[in-house]
Amino acid sequence: MISFTRRSWLRLAGLGTAAGAGLLSARRLFGQEPLSSSSSGTHAHAAHAMGPVGRVDPAGFNPTVFLRAWNFSDLPADERARYYRETPRPDGSLLREYQLVAVDREIEIAPGIFFPAWTFNGQVPGPTLRATVGDRVRVTFLNQGSHPHTIHFHGWHPPEMDGSMPEHQVLPGDRFVYEFDAEPFGMHLYHCHSVPLKRHIHKGLYGVFIVDPKQARPPADELVMVMNGFDTNFDSDNEVYAVNTVANHYVHEPVRVEVGRLTRIYVVNLTEFDLINSLHLHAMFFDVFRTGTSTTPSESTDTIMLCQGERAILETRFRYPGKFMFHAHQSEFAELGWMGLFEAHGGRSDT
Amino acid sequence: MIPENQAAVPVTKAAVSPRLWLAALLPLVLLAGLVTLIVTTAPGDSLRGTSAPPVERLAIDRVQLRADGIELSVLNDGPDEVTIAQVLVDDAYWAFEADGGTVLGHLGSTRLRIPYPWVEGEAHLVKILTSTGTPFEYEIPVALRSPEPDARYLLTFALIGLYVGVIPVALGLLWFPLASRLGRTGLDVLLAITLGLLIFLLVDTTSEGLEGAAELPSSFQGVALFFAAAAGAWLTLDLVGGWLRARRARVAGSSPGAVLALLIAVGIGLHNFGEGLAIGAAFALGEAALGTLLIIGFTLHNTTEGLAIIAPIAKDKPRLATLVMLGLIGGLPTIGGAWLGGLVYSPIIAVLCLGLGAGAIGQVVGQISRQMTGGPGAIRQFATAPIVFGLFAGFIVMYATGMLVG
Repeated sequence: MISFTRRSWLRLAGLGTAAGAGLLSARRLFGQEPLSSSSSGTHAHAAHAMGPVGRVDPAGFNPTVFLRAWNFSDLPADERARYYRETPRPDGSLLREYQLVAVDREIEIAPGIFFPAWTFNGQVPGPTLRATVGDRVRVTFLNQGSHPHTIHFHGWHPPEMDGSMPEHQVLPGDRFVYEFDAEPFGMHLYHCHSVPLKRHIHKGLYGVFIVDPKQARPPADELVMVMNGFDTNFDSDNEVYAVNTVANHYVHEPVRVEVGRLTRIYVVNLTEFDLINSLHLHAMFFDVFRTGTSTTPSESTDTIMLCQGERAILETRFRYPGKFMFHAHQSEFAELGWMGLFEAHGGRSDT
Repeated sequence: MIPENQAAVPVTKAAVSPRLWLAALLPLVLLAGLVTLIVTTAPGDSLRGTSAPPVERLAIDRVQLRADGIELSVLNDGPDEVTIAQVLVDDAYWAFEADGGTVLGHLGSTRLRIPYPWVEGEAHLVKILTSTGTPFEYEIPVALRSPEPDARYLLTFALIGLYVGVIPVALGLLWFPLASRLGRTGLDVLLAITLGLLIFLLVDTTSEGLEGAAELPSSFQGVALFFAAAAGAWLTLDLVGGWLRARRARVAGSSPGAVLALLIAVGIGLHNFGEGLAIGAAFALGEAALGTLLIIGFTLHNTTEGLAIIAPIAKDKPRLATLVMLGLIGGLPTIGGAWLGGLVYSPIIAVLCLGLGAGAIGQVVGQISRQMTGGPGAIRQFATAPIVFGLFAGFIVMYATGMLVG
């Protein structure tokens, strides 16, 4: 666009002061009136125009399956055995053996947008691991990526199992076995701790690690939600936000829940570059168990704010059938993909 | 330089034997072979590697605000194919339709229609995300409904053109009786003033043209385009001027001043066309919020252009019709420019027109200087039809191949 380089020159020359009477009518002619009759027609059209256009290829990562999958329960039995094995121990607890593999893989994070991710087992977030407090966890980590990586678990463990120090780096082609007892009970996470940290985490190397208490929580419909974001042009600012990677996935495929049944959400914030993220559930309230380390809720609310790496367990029961929006209460994140719907089925319940 | 009449001599014709034709075509055939070889073996890829991300470059060259949303004209200015994946407005994913598809090859273009409820008078940021997540942004500084080409709109721009171009030039022409009474020195001063005015316009047009050229998609090689247009206008006007002078010389009692006045009018007309383009585009994009003041400024400024036209013919006795014609040649193009700028604004056309204007003014500056100092300049040697043709053929080959490179 060619700007008016001469405009300022003319103004300096004071020429504007000589406004001729014959030109006064120009204001009406050149004013906004004839060119902008109204833009009100716009709003009716745009009511349902928000959100990315199109759908992500269903052959790739499926956030709907991810919601209720842990310990590779989404895989057929024979394939699952390659990645997960449980062996009873004399004290009644289990030895849980996992295999996690770091691989570079391009993933579709919004319709038509492909992100060159670093993944655990080809998916972002990585597979959800779930144990009971006191179980022995043994994770064989193979680095088949192009950079050094580690797995850093949140929870009690000896320092050499921390996957964070320079000597803990697992070079491409190498392997390492992490072994520790699962504790404390709660909602935890794991992620790569190689440097640069921001890049290794936001490229996709993270997942959920749930430790159940000995006395199991009440039976419920359990859902895993990882709030994440993707910086597609590497300017330290996310272009796409989501819960479980795919922008607006649960708008097109609402999370199906049952009216009256206890619904439990394991939510963690793994967004990079933004200090906080949040989850807001419409038309409902939920009990909050911060970090899941207590069985007594700390608060009842409809919006929870989580710092990077912070997590919580949320419990609620849907009272009414129908669709309920949930999204980040940062409107910016919501409009950049962190938006979804619950769809409750069944009769009305007042519990 | 080969005189034209030699081409008609049979001996010369016979010399262009099949062998000579073959010799002329051989380099072209070999070049085609070389290009085929490069395309098939792709030596550049061994440096770039197969996994390197594509070079993505999109240019958003026109944005229009409609009642039902925003329309974007998008051009792929880069060498590789680009796929438009998503569109964001003000940091929100938004629905869109692509008239020309979302996969754009080199120099491919499409039009995106986004049903976004834009807010009048406010700024908006449109962002295109490609399949690799690379963003391309366009800022709408002041959102105003884009003009639809109806009669009222054309009339409005015609009036702007009239105020800015035609009337001021006509007012300047009214100084003619005064100028015709000036003595030798007075006339020289008048011509020198004209020269000063024209040099200012030349600098101004050049700077605006180069500024616009810098913002063009790089495939269009804006600076080269600008200077080509300038050189073309300069040489063409010189050619036409020479032809006019030769014709006039055969008609008794006509002065060389009349030709010069005509050339000045044409130069100023081209300049005003570029000015009209800029004004029209500014109104269309809502940039000219200070519309009235801007128009008054240009009006006063352009009055001096009429003075420039009459200076060379101050000693003649031109008919009123001649003066009117000169005024229209200098002023009317503003209206055409305003229409074009307001309705189908294209930065490429703007740069081209500003280049033409700069060349035309440069030619006139040369003419006046020559008239004042006497003696033809070296440039006259170039202003012959075969040489102008050759210059342009050479340029077009470079330009077209430059466009392929992206």
